[in-house]
Amino acid sequence: MTKGVEMREQNITMTIGRGVVVARPDSRDALRKRPRVGERVIQSLLFACGFISIFTTLGIVFVLGEESFLFFGSEEVSIIEFVTGTVWQPAVGEFGILPLLLSTLITSIVAMLVAIPVGLSAAIFLSEYASPKARSILKPVLELLAGVPTVVYGYFALTFMTPLLRSVFGQDTIEVYNMASAGLVMGIMIVPLVASMSEDALTAVPRSMREAAFGLGATKLETSVSVVVPAAVSGIMAAVIVGISRAIGETMIVALAAGAGPNFTFNPFKAAETMTGHIARISGGDLSYNSIDYNSIFAIGITLFLMTLGLNIISRYFVNRFREVYQ
Amino acid sequence: MTQRATLVSAMNAMTNIGTDTQTIVAADAPKMKTESLSIYYSAFRAVADVTLPVRDRQITAIIGPSGCGKSTLLRALNRMNDLVAGSHIQGKVTLDGEDIYAPNMDVVDIRRRIGMVFQRPNPFPKTIYDNVAFGPRLYGRIPKTELDEIVESSLRRAALWDEVKDKLKQSGLALSGGQQQRLCIARAVAAEPEVILMDEPCSALDPVATLKIEELMQELKKDYAIVIVTHNMQQAARVSDYTAMMMMRSDRAGEMIELDQTQKIFTRPGDKRTEDYVSGRFG
Repeated sequence: MTKGVEMREQNITMTIGRGVVVARPDSRDALRKRPRVGERVIQSLLFACGFISIFTTLGIVFVLGEESFLFFGSEEVSIIEFVTGTVWQPAVGEFGILPLLLSTLITSIVAMLVAIPVGLSAAIFLSEYASPKARSILKPVLELLAGVPTVVYGYFALTFMTPLLRSVFGQDTIEVYNMASAGLVMGIMIVPLVASMSEDALTAVPRSMREAAFGLGATKLETSVSVVVPAAVSGIMAAVIVGISRAIGETMIVALAAGAGPNFTFNPFKAAETMTGHIARISGGDLSYNSIDYNSIFAIGITLFLMTLGLNIISRYFVNRFREVYQ
Repeated sequence: MTQRATLVSAMNAMTNIGTDTQTIVAADAPKMKTESLSIYYSAFRAVADVTLPVRDRQITAIIGPSGCGKSTLLRALNRMNDLVAGSHIQGKVTLDGEDIYAPNMDVVDIRRRIGMVFQRPNPFPKTIYDNVAFGPRLYGRIPKTELDEIVESSLRRAALWDEVKDKLKQSGLALSGGQQQRLCIARAVAAEPEVILMDEPCSALDPVATLKIEELMQELKKDYAIVIVTHNMQQAARVSDYTAMMMMRSDRAGEMIELDQTQKIFTRPGDKRTEDYVSGRFG
């Protein structure tokens, strides 16, 4: 008993003693730089992770660039023809990107016509009107919608939206494969994205803004529309632009429902293949490596890449330009 | 007690006697009044039994230590607490004798008549012009020239016109803190309220800006009933005509322990706790 206590006491003094030694080895060495290996390892690990994403992007740019360089380098195509041609038929050596580009634009515009109003309204409802309880149910449901695989949306377009459109507008006006159906469903797919991002932006508007508006006798709607939404405009713009990028890049829905075969038309009720849909279809078939056909899909790829890059730059501009700094 | 008596006699006077007396009485009756007002957040009673008259063309200050329910009480006066889920009141709050919590009263109209200036300047991320024009625009379409006049006169009233007249199209957020707060006052004034509530309007400002706001309050007092919540006792002493002293009770509900002319509160307070507080012995 007494021994145990003694030992423990000894232990304590020893630990204290060691602690003192570690903390102040020698008064002259106390401030000397010490190596911290753990810090170094973690730091390099974090750097490596960041580097991987940058490296991947550079790799993609390099591959896209190299293959499209080969494409534009061959004597069969010129850049002018690529940009202005309205026929895309690799079999006969016609490489005009406009039909693919146009249908990408039409499906994306239709999608955004759905996604912006519905997504923004949903965001306003969630952030300004919904009770905390309603929000706690609705937001996860909305995010669930974002988790549905796009191939399911594609079949939804083909087996539900297209028949619906055909029964409303008539079998003759609307083709079995059409851009409108794909665009509408793509819009539904993007609604959660726009809603969720916009809701974050709206919720970030300080409460004091709403109080100021209410204090002046504004109704809830007036407060939301003329104070909260304008104050969150940078975030909302970012949401919209990310939505557009998503629409432009979306592949499965348009591959399934918009049609297989380039078609230069402004009519959304007609079938026309988008850039992404074309790449998916062509790369799925057997293409001989290093043929002009093979290289052509890289030219489409780099066009897509440049478009989304441009949108990202615009988005950054908007976020910085309109971001308000509150106290 | 005397308060109640005057009110009763005033009411009798209004019903029985001619117009001359009525005007006198009307000037004497409080613009706003809380009667045995208790404010609850769900089950928690934040403010208990406050009876506070707010006189027209006078400044009423509410002072007291932190957490005693000053701001809660102020926010009950224009039903700002309605925005907090679960809040409700007992008792009455009247504006010109009308119960503002009565079921047939429109909360939006009430807030138009009772403006508010907040603790931190909170201009909208809009131009200076649009900030001031916000209220008037809510109440209907106004011709441009008329709106220009309202904006100018409101900014003049807030002693801000000379500083901003050349940059009305700049963002309100670009102004300094003190200017922002005066912009918020201009915005409140432009909505043509009858009462202005100020919730520690100077607590985020430096002494020079504070002085400007205080001078401004003396000007505004000529037309409005003003209620100000303040932590700064010198400020209450400098600007207000009446002072209400609040304290937290043992059950954490805030109560008003004294209400009197400011001069009296600061020289010969009736309550020992008030004396301790105003002389800086606690709080």
